[in-house]
Amino acid sequence: MIKIVPRGNSSKSMFIFAPFLSVIFTLITASIIFFIMGYNPIEAIIIFFYSPISNLYGISELLVKATPLCLIAIGLSFCFKNNLYNIGAEGQLTMGAIFGGGIGIYFYDVSSFLILPAMIIAGAIGGALWAMIPAILKTKFNTNEILTSLMLAYVALLILDYLVVGPWRDPEGFNFPKTRGFGESGRMPVLYQGLRVHFGLIITLILVFISYFIYSKTIFGYQLKVSGYSPRAAKFAGYNKNYLIFSAFAISGAFAGIAGIGEVSGPIGLLYRDISPNYGFTAIIVCFLGRLDPLGIILASLVIALTYLGAEDAQLFLRIPAAVGFVFQGLVLFFLLGTDLLVNFKIKVKEKHGY
Amino acid sequence: MDTNLIIGIINIILIGTTPLIFAAIGELVVEKSGVLNLGLEGMMLVGAVSAFVTLVLTGNYFFALIISIVSGLLMSGFFAFLVLYLMANQVATGLALTIFGIGISSMIGKNYIGTPIEGMSPYFFIVISIIIVFLIGLFFKRTKMGLIVKAVGESHSSAHSLGFNVIKIRFLSILFGGSMSALAGFYMSICYAPMWQEGMIAGRGWIALALVVFATWKAERILLGAYIFGGVAIMQMNLQAFGIKLPGQFFNMLPYIVTILVLVIISGNKLRIKMSAPSCLSIPFNKNQ
Repeated sequence: MIKIVPRGNSSKSMFIFAPFLSVIFTLITASIIFFIMGYNPIEAIIIFFYSPISNLYGISELLVKATPLCLIAIGLSFCFKNNLYNIGAEGQLTMGAIFGGGIGIYFYDVSSFLILPAMIIAGAIGGALWAMIPAILKTKFNTNEILTSLMLAYVALLILDYLVVGPWRDPEGFNFPKTRGFGESGRMPVLYQGLRVHFGLIITLILVFISYFIYSKTIFGYQLKVSGYSPRAAKFAGYNKNYLIFSAFAISGAFAGIAGIGEVSGPIGLLYRDISPNYGFTAIIVCFLGRLDPLGIILASLVIALTYLGAEDAQLFLRIPAAVGFVFQGLVLFFLLGTDLLVNFKIKVKEKHGY
Repeated sequence: MDTNLIIGIINIILIGTTPLIFAAIGELVVEKSGVLNLGLEGMMLVGAVSAFVTLVLTGNYFFALIISIVSGLLMSGFFAFLVLYLMANQVATGLALTIFGIGISSMIGKNYIGTPIEGMSPYFFIVISIIIVFLIGLFFKRTKMGLIVKAVGESHSSAHSLGFNVIKIRFLSILFGGSMSALAGFYMSICYAPMWQEGMIAGRGWIALALVVFATWKAERILLGAYIFGGVAIMQMNLQAFGIKLPGQFFNMLPYIVTILVLVIISGNKLRIKMSAPSCLSIPFNKNQ
């Protein structure tokens, strides 16, 4: 009979191995789903997971999608490491896009090298401010940050909706719910002529490196980890709990805000309702799949970005709704959470001793 | 305003808020038992699409209802397995359930978008929703089982020491929540719309989640909250008719903002939060510890 027994120490190798295992399980389940739907599973898997990245343009698109996911996820890791469940990154992304995009719209006909940096900084501030609301409410009134950050995400989306149909609507846009386009100075430069991969990727990599440095080399990073593992230990060590909460939320909000402004000043170039295909929520999956670790998050963002790309191709070539990407994103997280059991427990096959 | 207009408004509020009431009363029981399931939106979508497809295929409303409920039981059972037996993080699992539900419902329903069906009258379900709310209210106030569910949500280790099966009670609560979400989905695609469209729940799952907090985890207040939320939406249309122009988005924000305010009011006071929110909400239980 099979029995689940706790390990003495949690398994380091399973900790690293489980995310890979969950991706493999997802691929197997995906082929079963394709088979049930009447497609050749191998062909479908190739169309979904390989063809989208089989050329240079595809690689560039993968990076375009991975950039915001990675940036938001690395920001979220600051909160999650400290057991703060900021699940409102979608709202912080939206606020970043609104703050930075506002500058882009008002200076649409001005040409200056200062505009883009101003937009990025405004985006970071917008995201950070929006993230500070749940942080302040948590420290001052002890409110549950899961619920407040989630509610604020929907408030932010409605504010964006109001702006693009109301005061910021393009006067020459035939009443479409969108703003005018940003000027040339308000656009992220592309990294390679003819491809969409943009400067946001460089910003993301720099911020990932800085985060890695904060986690491994600073007292602040150490304090975050300790207070996540054991709030009591952190209390006895005299860490300033509120300071850690504020900074974790501010950093994750700022990163999400930069991701937002990266999206609208990069591939999009203006503001409208659907600037983010759920990046803020999907980044939570990326963060868990990457084990809250900078390198892991980079890898995870590429895997999850592929589910977006593959879904687009599947819609084009197999006529499967693009939402199939969400099925795989959900499955990856389910399998990861499931296989996580093996980190702290092991499965033992016990022989039955019969008489 | 003449009486016809008032009756008309009440009618629209009742029809529009019933799915919120179903989903919220289910989630209330789940949260009372100490579990936070953020998968409402996903379970409602799957409940809606499975009801719709079953109705198109069989033409039988009863089958549609059964299959819809079964889909809710499956989705929530899977969630329960992950969070209760594998001790997975409830927030992450719930979000995954929603993301998965958005995807799988689109796939199941892809050939049924725009298929015409004969809708069902909503009034039967409006009455049922009100009855369920009062039954759940009585369940927590008057029955031993209700007290046990509350005890499990307030302190799982004490409940365990008293010999109650924490995992089993939470499992059943989660299953109830799942079936109520699916019922809300059934109502949306069979009575309210009546049709299937990708993402047709349109954020109602999150509003239902807000509603549980707004009601400070008390069953009867869910009705009050739902009708206030619904009334605000109606008011928006009427104010526009009277020439008062306030952007609709600000009305749509109100449920979320009011919920945050309620959270602030009840959380600021230690006694008040103890009286309202289940103490063990979203904390996993491991009896070996």
